[in-house]
Formats: sequence, C-alpha cells, structure tokens
Amino acid sequence: MIRLLLLLPFIGLMIVPFYNVREPYLFGFPFFYWYQLAWVPLTSLLTYIVYRSVRRAD
Amino acid sequence: MLTNVDSAAFAVFLTLFILVTGMGFVASRWRKPETLAHLDEWGLGGRKFGTWITWFLVGGDFYTAYTVIAVPALVYAVGAYGFFALPYTIIVYPFVFAVMPVLWKVAKERGYVTAGDVVRGAYGSRGLELAVAATGVLATMPYIALQLIGMEVAIKALGLSGEVPLVLAFLVLALYTYSSGLRAPALIAFVKDIMIYIVVIAAIAIVPSKLGGYGAIFTAADAAFAAKGSGGILLSPSQIVPYASLALGSALAAFMYPHTLTGIFASSGGNTIRKNAMLLPAYTLLLGLLALLGYMGHAAGLKLASNNDVVPELFKTLFPSWFAGFAFAAIAIGALVPAAVMSIGAANLFTRNFWKVWVDPKVTPAGEAKVAKITSMLVKVGALLAILLMPTQFALDLQLLGGLWILQTLPALVFGLYLNWFSSTALLAGWAVGLAGGSWLAWSDGLKPLHGIDFGAGTVAVYTGVLALALNIVVAVVVNLALKRLPQARLSREAA
Repeated sequence: MIRLLLLLPFIGLMIVPFYNVREPYLFGFPFFYWYQLAWVPLTSLLTYIVYRSVRRAD
Repeated sequence: MLTNVDSAAFAVFLTLFILVTGMGFVASRWRKPETLAHLDEWGLGGRKFGTWITWFLVGGDFYTAYTVIAVPALVYAVGAYGFFALPYTIIVYPFVFAVMPVLWKVAKERGYVTAGDVVRGAYGSRGLELAVAATGVLATMPYIALQLIGMEVAIKALGLSGEVPLVLAFLVLALYTYSSGLRAPALIAFVKDIMIYIVVIAAIAIVPSKLGGYGAIFTAADAAFAAKGSGGILLSPSQIVPYASLALGSALAAFMYPHTLTGIFASSGGNTIRKNAMLLPAYTLLLGLLALLGYMGHAAGLKLASNNDVVPELFKTLFPSWFAGFAFAAIAIGALVPAAVMSIGAANLFTRNFWKVWVDPKVTPAGEAKVAKITSMLVKVGALLAILLMPTQFALDLQLLGGLWILQTLPALVFGLYLNWFSSTALLAGWAVGLAGGSWLAWSDGLKPLHGIDFGAGTVAVYTGVLALALNIVVAVVVNLALKRLPQARLSREAA
C-alpha cells in the first residue's frame, strides 16, 4: 500500500490549472515555478519512504 | 578558422577537452575486466556499476548537452510552456523506481543486454524483437545528431568557425568509445557532470545578483513576452493539456530509449536503481534552475540571432572569458557522454537482435563485441554526416518523431513484466498501428508534437505520442481478445 505514495507526484504535477498562477510568490518566484521545483525534493522524500519499506523484499 | 577566438576561453576549453579524451582511452583499464571482448563488458561495463557511478552515468546521459542549450532556449522563446521538462523529469523517477528494478532482474538472470532481448525472452517472437530493436535504433540516431547540434553551438560560441572542430571532436569520441566501450562515458560522466553543476550553480548564484534578483528577472521576462505579444510566464488556457501530456508522454518514453536502458542494465542491482530514482532528481533541480537562464536572457536584454544562443551569450556577456570557456567545454563534453552511450545502446541492439538473429546465429561473445564496436562507429559517422549534409531542422523533426516511436515499445517491454495475458501478435499489431498512426498524425500536423482533438465544446491539443500510445494499447487489447476468442469458438463448435 505504501507504494501508492509514488502516485502523488503524478497527481500533484498533472493538476496544471491548480498551480498555473502567480500568487503566492516565494523569493521572487511565482507560484508556478516554486511549486513545481518543490516537487523535486518531495518526490525524493516519498521515494525514500517507499524504498525503506521495499529494500528488504529484494 | 581562428577568427574572434578569445585565447583564455580557448585555452581552458582545449585543456579540458584533452583531459577528457585521455580519460576516454584510459577507461579501458578502469575496473579492468578479464576481457573487453564480450558484450557484457564492452556494452554494459560488466553490469557492476554501483550507486554513484550509475548516478553520474545516467545523469550524464539523460540530461544531455542539447538539454542544456534547448530548454533555456525554449523558455526564452515561449516562457512557461518550456518548463514542461520539469514535471517530465520529476514524474519519470517514480516510474523508474517501480519498473526498472524488475526489468534489471530479468535482464541479469537471463543475460539480456537490450530491450529486444527482454521482449524475445518474454514472448519468444522474432518479429516483436525486431520491431522493438529497430525502433530503438531509429529513435536514437536523431538523438545523437542532436548532441552534435549542442556541441556545434558550444564550439561556435568559442569563436571557432567551420566544421573541422566538430569532426575532430567526434572522431576522438568514436575512437575511445570503440576501444573502451561503456567504461569511457561512465568515467567521463564524472568530469562532465561536475563541470555542469559548477556552471549552473555559478549561473544561478551570480547572474541574478547582476540582474537585480529573481523577482526582477521574472518581471523582465513578463514584460518581454507582453511586448512580443506571445508567450508568457504562465501557461495560456490552451497550453494546459499540451503541457501535462508532453510531461507525461516524455516521462514514459524516457527510459525506453537504448541509452537510458543501457545505464539501467549496467547497474549492479535493483537497489542501485531504486537509490538512483531517489538521487537523480538532483539533476532535475539543476535543470529547473537552468531553464531560468532563458528568463535571465530577457533580463540581461540579450539580442540573439537564434534562441539556441541564449546560454552561450549569457555566459559571454556576464562572466570572464576563462569561465565562459569552462562553460562551453562543459556543454561540449556534456555532448560526448550521451552520444557515446547512445551509440553503444544502438550497437548493442543491432548486434543482439539483428546480427545474431538474422546474419550469424553462431557468433561468439568476442564476435558480438566486435560487431558492436564497429556498429557504434558507423552509427556515429551516420549522425555526423546527417548533421553536416542535411538541414538542422531535419534532425529536430526526426528526434520529435523518435520520441513518439520509442513510446510505442512500452507495451511490449513493460506489460510482460507484470502480465502474462498479451500475445506477441497483439503487441506487434498495437506497435504497428501506434507507430504508423502516430507518425501520420504528426506528419499531417506539419511535424508538430501536438494534435487537436475536437470535443464539441472546443478543440484540445494533446501530445501526439500519448495519443499513439493509447491507440497502440487499444489495438493490442482488441486483437488479443479476438485471438483468444478464436480457438475457443472453434473448440465449442467441435464439442457441439
């Protein structure tokens, strides 16, 4: 079940109308940019959580 | 040939290029195998690359030199739409994490080197094997040509003119790939990736301070698009579906290519791949920030002859010449790694799934390695000739079609890992219809990657590769159902 976490980046990034906006800004970056950049570390983190649960299954 | 050359930039460039060439040849003795005359060694580096080597190799091979030039160029030209590369290179990793360790395991256990091998093993079909292998080779050729375009831009930015430097650089590349195999790009990838990291980090740290900060950069880009009357720092409503479908389709296609699969097969195990799915997004962060160089081009008020000049011009304008030389060397060396791995991947396919099957079934492992070495050479010469003799747009159009084509091998390669339901005939039918139908759509749309679909309420444009893949899967399912019905119908008639 924990593997379903891997679907979150797909959902988060395919809902384009949700993040196709300027506000709120962060460090001068419009939301469109920092939201997508934020998914990079977030995806790594989710992958790490799933990795911890499957690595012994190998 | 040597007009307008800055000597400091040129000296830095040449020194780094010579260093990397030396590494390419020395690589044959790196992690020395008993013999290089075996495809597992020449073509897969012995399948022993651990987490860090794989990280550098796949990173160096997936985020190509052309990317470094083309993504900022697209963002410079059209704005937010060019950023689809960012969601694309994020969602690709959950997919890699879930699928690629399974694929690696099958390949390791049965000694497979290519996607064609995997498909033959799963379905026992020579036809499907050939289809997958031929698609891989065809899709890779224009991709290699694209690396040459990246290299050309860097060499031109240095002030060198004419085609001699490009031909020389490529000959050197062909020679050390021939002698060292996958070990050469794996070793060079360390240098290439570290250089690219230095260049991009310097750019994103220093350039904004010279241009008044990120806020000012976005404002300048916004104003430039408003003045131009097209593009923008947000997507227009009609770009939303294209943006999402390009990201999704590209992500699904990315690891179907022979060069990325070669990086996967060369790794030392499933957990190596899983750890890389976790660590490779570091390059994505880099790519996202690199894309912003397109906006920095607007903020710096660059006047460009071609969009592809945005990155080189930015470095020439804002950095000392020696560092510009370093950046151009990073881009040119950055082209060597993917070009080498792509030619190796294509050569492995040709050797295993064409030569061994149709020409010389009794070929020895040493014979295989020899055929692959010669093929890798021919593939590179072919790409070089294509760039020298044909218009650049030809390579770009073919590369676009290549992405669509390679996506059509996904059902054959991936479905069999999980399901035992599809027959090879059904998958082959799906592949053929997806490939032909997708190419026809792209052709009729004037070789644009998007196809408009009329929903009654309005037309929505979707990435043609995704449409072709959907068609491919539907055809495969329908043909498979029909084939399963046929013998059953006959049986029940006979029983009655």
